[in-house]
Amino acid sequence: MHWFHRFKLDSFLYPLLGIGLCLLLWYGVAGKSTVTQTKDDWGDTVTITKRHGLSADLPTPAETWEASRSYVLEPFAKRGELDQGILRFTWLSLVLVAQGYALALLLGVPVGFCLGLSKTFAKMFDPIFQVLRPVSPLAWLPLGMVLFLSAKVEMPGGTAYTASELAAIFTIAICSMWPTVLNTAVGVRAIPQDYLNVAKVLKLSRTKTLFKVLLPATLPYMFTGFRLSLGIAWLVIVAAEMLTGRPGVGGFLWQQYNALSYAHIILCILTIGIVGFILDRMMSLVEARFKTA
Amino acid sequence: MSHYVEFSQLTKSYPTARGPAVIVKDFNLKISRGEFVALIGHSGCGKSTVLSMVAGLSEITSGAIVLAGKEVVGAGPDRGVVFQSPALLPWMTAFENVMLGIDQVFYTAARAERRQIAEYYLSIVGLGESMHKRPAELSQGMRQRVGIARAFALSPKMLLLDEPFGMLDSLTRFELQQVLLELWRREKITALMVTHDVDEALFLSDRIVCMTDGPEAEVGDILHVPFPRPRERQAVMEHPDYYNLREHLIEFLEIHAHKTPHPIEAEKPHQPTAPPEIPSAPIAAVS
Repeated sequence: MHWFHRFKLDSFLYPLLGIGLCLLLWYGVAGKSTVTQTKDDWGDTVTITKRHGLSADLPTPAETWEASRSYVLEPFAKRGELDQGILRFTWLSLVLVAQGYALALLLGVPVGFCLGLSKTFAKMFDPIFQVLRPVSPLAWLPLGMVLFLSAKVEMPGGTAYTASELAAIFTIAICSMWPTVLNTAVGVRAIPQDYLNVAKVLKLSRTKTLFKVLLPATLPYMFTGFRLSLGIAWLVIVAAEMLTGRPGVGGFLWQQYNALSYAHIILCILTIGIVGFILDRMMSLVEARFKTA
Repeated sequence: MSHYVEFSQLTKSYPTARGPAVIVKDFNLKISRGEFVALIGHSGCGKSTVLSMVAGLSEITSGAIVLAGKEVVGAGPDRGVVFQSPALLPWMTAFENVMLGIDQVFYTAARAERRQIAEYYLSIVGLGESMHKRPAELSQGMRQRVGIARAFALSPKMLLLDEPFGMLDSLTRFELQQVLLELWRREKITALMVTHDVDEALFLSDRIVCMTDGPEAEVGDILHVPFPRPRERQAVMEHPDYYNLREHLIEFLEIHAHKTPHPIEAEKPHQPTAPPEIPSAPIAAVS
């Protein structure tokens, strides 16, 4: 059996085996169709497709692929507002997530610093944060809609944000900022007293202490927060797009559910999962870089 | 005779639930300019507390420290501190760590000049080859060399060393004592070093101040170290007084190792309810 380990076959054979088993289970649960042909009273041929199985309407893996082909094989096609290639949808979603995520980091880091540095600030706001943290994106979105109902933000670049876009960005930001806030605060509190003593002995100014000591010392913690925040930001996208009806993976998913096109729901789920996985991997690489610093 | 550094009635106490815990009480000491003084005592006796009060990292409860005619208030780069853990910032190279202080002190000098200062001190401590490495790439001993260079590069009025070699193996410790002595010989900076290594104190210092055990630690004994400078380790150890002094110090430490009955405190009529454990304060806990 040592050839098995020597070629590292186990590291990709076993995942393959796992995927195979899941596909088998999926196939077992999915509905199958039987096609019967009969002649009606007028003598015309009538084709009747009957679905049966544990979950009659769930498409099998093969049916899912057949229905998704055009979306996967032409990933950047645009046939209509809500009929685009899957990567084109992904890109639209990523752009929205990026904006919300950027806002989350921009707000989360300073708030985290205040939380870590000031005991008074922590006492004042920590309970509020703890209460707001577990609130679902589905709950934030309607509030966002109300908040930006009459707002129409014109950016200097010429792009304008609609109320639903702003609501989506707001929701992504407020849901995903908590890991950044809390990890930054933990990082600030974990700065070794020695580093602070060095800053004191050298009489570094406040800004110098912040940029030369506090910020670099907190970076590893901050990046852990950034990674977790990105995961949540991506998680929120489906909810945000569903409720606002924007084109994107989440919007597409919801529309196809309404159109009873179940195969595309599975396509969207897999896409969201894979993209989320890739994002997390990318962030871990960045995080690891700062860990050694 | 005027003294460069003067500690008068220096006292440090922390408020606790059972009244103030007095760590150091009425600590009096005078240090001349260019003198190297070692502060010796048991772990937790309060010697590091005295040092961090000079450094301005620990607040003075009562009494005062006067350095070069000015009372010490808060921390500042006129006192170069060598920390026990080298306390280098790990995201900066050795050179940048030294430059951080130089930029603060010699901000009027040209950039090239400041770089020269850093390079000078780093090469004296033997880091000429690896001054652009980060602390993680340096050995423990090399990191402390950077710590020494950083302190000297500030041209401070006073040098404060908090058990600088406590974390090193004995071979590295000997090397670094030599490095420190060499730099000190060139610059003659008034130095106060906390240590619990009797041989280190004898090799490096002009005077050894023995502290009694805390709580309420104070100056117990002061020893003059007569060895001529520049010193060689071999010559110092062969000096006729070496073993007498060494024995004297160890005897002092041994007497004060037994907290109960405390020979000095027992004579005091008024004995406050001293908590058995010293509350942990940022600096005072490290000893």
